[in-house]
Amino acid sequence: MTQTTKQGLSRRSLIKGTASVAALGVLGAPRIARADEGPIKIGFPVPITGPFGAEAKDQVKSAELAVKQFNAAGGLNGRLAELLVRDDKLNPGEAATRTLELIEKDKAHFIVGALSSAVQLSVNEVTRARGVIYISISQSDTINEAKDFSRFTFHEALNPQMTAGAVARHAFKKGQKVAYLAADYAYGHEMLAAFKRTAAPIGVETVGEVLHPFGAPDYSAFMPRLMSMKADILCICNFGRDQANSIKQAVDFGLKGPSKIVVPVLLHNQRLASSPDVFEGVVGGANYYWGIEDHNASAKTFNDAFRAAYNGAIPTDYGTYGYTAVRSLLMAVKEAGGTDTDKVITALEGLKYDVAKGPQSYRKCDHQSVQSVFVIESKKKSEMKTDADLFKVLATEAGDPATLRSCEQLGHKPS
Amino acid sequence: MDLQLISLQLFSGIALGAILIMLALGLSIIFGILGVVNFAHGSFFMVGAYAGVFFLGYTGNFWWALLLAPLVVGVLGLGVERLLIRPLYGRPVDDPILLTFGLSYVLVEGVRILFGTDGVPFDTPAALRGVTNIGIGYFPTYRLFVIGVVAVVLVALWLVLEKTKVGLIVRAGARDPQIMRVLGVDIQKLWLVVFGIGIGLAALGGVLAAPMRTVNPEMGNFVLSEAFVVTVIGGMGSLLGSVVAGLLVGIVVNMTSLVAPEMATIAMFAFMALVLLVRPHGLFGKPGFGT
Amino acid sequence: MEMAASKPMTKIATAPAAAPRRERLGRWRVPLSIAVLCVLPWLLPSKALAVNVLIYGLYAMGYNLLFGYTGLLSFGHAALFGTGAYVTGIAIGQFGTNWFLGMLAGVIAAGLMAAAMGALSTRTRGIYFAMVTLALAQLVYYVALQASSWTGGENGLRGFTVSKVGIGPLSVDFLNPIVKYYVVLAFVALAIWTLSRILNSPFGGVVEAIRENETRAKACGYDVVRTRLLAFVLSGLFCGLAGTLSALHLAIVPLDSLGYMMSGQAVMMTMLGGVGTFFGPFIGALAFLVMEDVLSLWTAHWQLFLGAIFVALVLYMPKGIWGTGLVWFERWRGR
Repeated sequence: MTQTTKQGLSRRSLIKGTASVAALGVLGAPRIARADEGPIKIGFPVPITGPFGAEAKDQVKSAELAVKQFNAAGGLNGRLAELLVRDDKLNPGEAATRTLELIEKDKAHFIVGALSSAVQLSVNEVTRARGVIYISISQSDTINEAKDFSRFTFHEALNPQMTAGAVARHAFKKGQKVAYLAADYAYGHEMLAAFKRTAAPIGVETVGEVLHPFGAPDYSAFMPRLMSMKADILCICNFGRDQANSIKQAVDFGLKGPSKIVVPVLLHNQRLASSPDVFEGVVGGANYYWGIEDHNASAKTFNDAFRAAYNGAIPTDYGTYGYTAVRSLLMAVKEAGGTDTDKVITALEGLKYDVAKGPQSYRKCDHQSVQSVFVIESKKKSEMKTDADLFKVLATEAGDPATLRSCEQLGHKPS
Repeated sequence: MDLQLISLQLFSGIALGAILIMLALGLSIIFGILGVVNFAHGSFFMVGAYAGVFFLGYTGNFWWALLLAPLVVGVLGLGVERLLIRPLYGRPVDDPILLTFGLSYVLVEGVRILFGTDGVPFDTPAALRGVTNIGIGYFPTYRLFVIGVVAVVLVALWLVLEKTKVGLIVRAGARDPQIMRVLGVDIQKLWLVVFGIGIGLAALGGVLAAPMRTVNPEMGNFVLSEAFVVTVIGGMGSLLGSVVAGLLVGIVVNMTSLVAPEMATIAMFAFMALVLLVRPHGLFGKPGFGT
Repeated sequence: MEMAASKPMTKIATAPAAAPRRERLGRWRVPLSIAVLCVLPWLLPSKALAVNVLIYGLYAMGYNLLFGYTGLLSFGHAALFGTGAYVTGIAIGQFGTNWFLGMLAGVIAAGLMAAAMGALSTRTRGIYFAMVTLALAQLVYYVALQASSWTGGENGLRGFTVSKVGIGPLSVDFLNPIVKYYVVLAFVALAIWTLSRILNSPFGGVVEAIRENETRAKACGYDVVRTRLLAFVLSGLFCGLAGTLSALHLAIVPLDSLGYMMSGQAVMMTMLGGVGTFFGPFIGALAFLVMEDVLSLWTAHWQLFLGAIFVALVLYMPKGIWGTGLVWFERWRGR
């Protein structure tokens, strides 16, 4: 596989070379594709424009910090790393085009990025066909499954099974009644399924589930039905804007008093875009929260480096994925002693890293990063000490492959 | 499924329709009188919500925000008509579409630069928080307030159009601008004012929607397609049509949500396709209009 | 509260502003355009972008066949592009056909979709036609979203990467960007030639006659409804071909390829280049994609500039880039 790819690449550079000479009458010898010397190039497609622009900018900041630290430490025997940031506009087609450009024109050695289920799967499709390592930093269960997986595919982000599982284990109690409101698309279904998988052995009763169209601005149509279910827990399985809108409207309809609102992922920036009163008491999962620094030495180191680099700003959840992914990749490059794809894959598979939130490692069969999950609760306005003091950490669930779906469940052959 | 649930569902459909009516009215009045299909209408709705955020922060009072935001955005609308739309009169109908489409990009990005990409919070005014018992169940007080405001605006608009001299000129201007010009009416001023009012209505819809939804730069996108659906079902240019269709769409969406929630959005488009196949000019539209 | 009768804008909608400029380049237009397209990859920032220009150029040209030459403003052409793309992807990925049969299936499916949409929509006019086509396209979008076992739903369709294309023993490496460009160009060139033939045929004349004066065309004995429907189907075949090529190029079909933004893009690209001109839509697609590519590398606020450029174009170059160029060219020749 890699063998043929390399042949393809050298032939491609040859054609490109002769062609550019023919077309422009040009300057200099043809460059060699994805050189083994020169800077280590990491392509970084993220949705800088669009609704997740703030998250994407945090991802870029974190990733740039990781690159800066690597270079400051001397790089790979003097060979420095370079981050090529591209705007994927939250559009899978655009992301595929950008990834093609990064690989074909910019000769990126690795791709890290994406912030949507659909976008990461499209980037993955491009990279795996060309034998380029891709580390996804956005949630998805699908990318772990055998059908979309390839040995070039790594998943640094948590997946719905991990976040929803941790939240359910913490928030659901035996005998409680749970009502679900889930977005009607892959990610919503994945979160819903993960909650229900975890809820079954706990012994909670599902009193109903309502699917809502993805991206709906108004949820009043679903509220009368949810109210009639009289649940102890209202579990809202959606993301971003949908989450902020649906929680707000559930509160307006007086659902928060009688039921506790639980979500799989609670986002720092979304909470800021809404008011503390609306989110007060909402429980959710997170891959990172800066406030863990009191008990977590690596978080303290990471926060301090981030604050020093960006005028005292603190890193956010999705932003941190950019840091942990790029750091782990560069550690593997160092381990492999170069950018050779096979060697870096082997290094990543064997890597144990603890750079921001405690120990992490990529599971062999699906390359999922096994890591801790934090269960957090949104604070009351009066309890917030600063503007960034948003959440209480209720529980920390250490990384454990047992909480993931097994390799066999995902369709991977036992090795 | 009990009766109480169904009636509550029906009622929340009316509340949903109220916001749609605000948008569809402006869209329809601008099309009916200027012949302009305004693709920036959703963006003005969003700008209205942000103007509300700004004035709420500035005055600390929701009522001032509710009053000032539509006025200021309406004035912005006047400027847009004067500078960008007026040069296009006499050109093909496609030109204003392209222009307002471009304008919506500018407005959305401008708001992103000024207020950030993530959106900003907008709290429900303290006096209107909580739920009220409306006999068939509990309903958010604020949504009841929105229905009230929209009803007042509709009555006021009707009175102005039917009972005042200005209203007479507007109705006549819509019927035949040439004759009006001959009669010495400043038709350009009329178009200017109508565009401003249409934009002001969109902005009012934006401020009203702000406490129900989160305020963000993309909030106008989805709402625009909903407003188009409403205007087209009602018949382009018909104000009565906008009102009836707004309520109908709200109810259709909500009743579908009860039986098959995931079909809620598609139901709206299916309903429009159905109406147009039976009545190619919408419920209250005149043949030969908007073609 | 009824607002009726005439309005300043719509009244002139049938005026000659939308009429095609007689293109003096005449019979040289096809070989000339193909010659330009042959060197395009070296004029653009990247090969992947160049392939996109071919695909979207074809999409806009197909769209222009309906909008520019019959005057029907459709907001639902994403359904045709998307059908082409999805059916190709499904044929290759789930039925294991080869790349060519996959493309054929995609184009035929898009033609059928166009026939169905056209049959339902061509009886309405103007803004209502736009809205019916939009509604039908949205229905297709939601069907694709719900039928996720076939389409991959919101995650998009994947798993049909074509790495080699060829006939019999002859095959080329489709992952190589330059090879890919010329393979796609072969199909696009064929389509441009066909389109040129269609517009020069008697059918092209009838279509223009109907747009210029429907009543007169009817009086002359032309079947207006059937001509419109045929134009819709032909337009669908070209847009469907663009869709199948996009599926092969990106090796994914995103759900957005059926979305209303995709339909809007056809309108914008066509208008940007020049409605009713032969090359206009292609130039429009080129300008749109290059602007987006260059601006978004340069600033995160690229949409501000893109929007402002649109506004300025409408105000100062209403005939579009190519249309205005043609006017200047003719003025220069007439001198």
